[in-house]
Amino acid sequence: MLKEGEVRIPSGCAIAAVISKEGKRMTGEAIINSMKPMHDRSNGLGGGFAAYGIYPEYCEQYALHVFFDDKISRNECEIYFKDMFEVVNAEIIPTRTMPEITDEPLIYRYFVSPLQSVLRSMQLDEKEYVVRAVTHVNTYIKGAYVFSSGKNMGAFKAVGFPEDVGRFYKLDEYEAYSWTAHGRYPTNTPGWWGGAHPFGLLDYTVVHNGEISSYDANRRFIEMFGYRCNLQTDTEVITYIADYLIRRQGLTLEETASVIAAPFWSTIERKPKSEREKLTYLRTVFSSLLVTGPFSIVLAFDGGLMALNDRLKLRSMVVGEYEDKVYIASEEAAIRAMEPNVNNVYAPMGGEPVIVKVKGGQF
Amino acid sequence: MKIDATDVGFERLNAQLRASNDKECEITGCLGQRFIAAGEKDAHIILKGTPGNALAAYLNGATIEVFGNAQDAVGDTMNAGCVVIHGNIGDAAGYAMRGGTIYVKGNAGYRAGIHMKEYRDKVPRLVIGGTVGSFLGEYQAGGIIIVLGLTGDKQIVGNFPCTGMHGGKVLLRTGLKNIVLPKNVHAREIKVKGSEFEESIKTFCVLFGYNNEELLDSGYTLITPDTSNPYKQMYVQN
Repeated sequence: MLKEGEVRIPSGCAIAAVISKEGKRMTGEAIINSMKPMHDRSNGLGGGFAAYGIYPEYCEQYALHVFFDDKISRNECEIYFKDMFEVVNAEIIPTRTMPEITDEPLIYRYFVSPLQSVLRSMQLDEKEYVVRAVTHVNTYIKGAYVFSSGKNMGAFKAVGFPEDVGRFYKLDEYEAYSWTAHGRYPTNTPGWWGGAHPFGLLDYTVVHNGEISSYDANRRFIEMFGYRCNLQTDTEVITYIADYLIRRQGLTLEETASVIAAPFWSTIERKPKSEREKLTYLRTVFSSLLVTGPFSIVLAFDGGLMALNDRLKLRSMVVGEYEDKVYIASEEAAIRAMEPNVNNVYAPMGGEPVIVKVKGGQF
Repeated sequence: MKIDATDVGFERLNAQLRASNDKECEITGCLGQRFIAAGEKDAHIILKGTPGNALAAYLNGATIEVFGNAQDAVGDTMNAGCVVIHGNIGDAAGYAMRGGTIYVKGNAGYRAGIHMKEYRDKVPRLVIGGTVGSFLGEYQAGGIIIVLGLTGDKQIVGNFPCTGMHGGKVLLRTGLKNIVLPKNVHAREIKVKGSEFEESIKTFCVLFGYNNEELLDSGYTLITPDTSNPYKQMYVQN
């Protein structure tokens, strides 16, 4: 396959999210509705959702959602999985046959636990082990793409309009405490199943509206740490940056936001001393992870999410609250489609992260 | 005429609007439909709900009143008429506006008044009651932007106001010390009573129920391009 940058399709996107601060689970109906008023922000070449808390019966296993081009790639991948994991359950992800979604690959999910003997011999922690397995499949097994790999969560994506993709995957039958959604209008790269959002690694998923001007600089840096950007969409690099900064470097979400959407030097100069020093440190050490160009993203993870705009705020994003729920979307109309009674819709500043954690992080 | 816009797409909604000869029109149930009232000449259109992006684009004389918040790019390349928003307005309000007036009760997002322009008697005005985000009046070439900062504790204007400004006027209801400006603009504190801005502020007060004496007595800062320090060598050495 041609990589990002080797194919160019000249052409916005739509993002939305809802999370219950109480951890109350809700079906996918509301988030699907949110994408309807933003229909024209997509062009039918990609839609997707991420849902958290949907597999309580398998909450100890990693849920691997996988696309296969054919049975050959599935067989090869399953042999690899058996070498690496105890596969507790394997099944086809239920879908609805509908005229709006065609040419689907084989879509499977596997609930797996790392084989303890292999894990010990590789001297890795469990999450790193899973990351390496996912990277291996996506890089070396032709026609197999693991597009979701966290516990008790899952991404669902396809080529099509997002509201159709939601119905295709029967998301009204899942219950999650946190949902994110994306409608795609591909700029630069092909609309294909693996290239739809969200992009996921472990429990991190990213939905993104924008275009990463710094993509190649970011990619070159992050690939030094074992990640492989091979899904032909710039967004995937943000997922790996989040995993690298949060899981591997131990940065907080706020610090991660200050790396990805670092303030201008002129803005940093005007900050109080301690903050100035910290921001200077982050911009200096992780200069290659500054993401430039327009973006609004929602980074979701186990028990929470973070919404962030680029520092120039070249994409729109609004936030509103109602009762225990926080709503985020590219347009206010999308929030009102989910909850008409939201009354405090506001637009965060560029580079200002909006962080929501279920039960204050005690979830 | 009354239109219920629930589940009606923007094309059909605008077609209905254009086909009508009514001078009064009320649209309820707006939810993200784009381009509402684009190019409208002479109607009075009341909108309820959340109209979509590029509301009143190319507006050419009509009056649009929104009871709710407006999204991005309201009044894009608007030529004449009046837009009144009883709520907040999104990014790029008054984008490349070249005539008419936009009044906003609440806050505006980033890039309000970006590249507004004027020609002879066509002087657009953008009046914002609340605060504005960064890049206010970016590349402004003409027209008047007034920000009153009436909502809450946030600073009246975000970072980098008037970047690339080379025409027009920006009036902020705050002291000079509260604003960081580029070196290519000139700023001075003024009183607005008896000035060319008085009428717009009075109209704002009538529209949204504010006391105009209080607003007219406040201290203001007027920003204009500094013609003795024009832009040069901004991008290339030539």
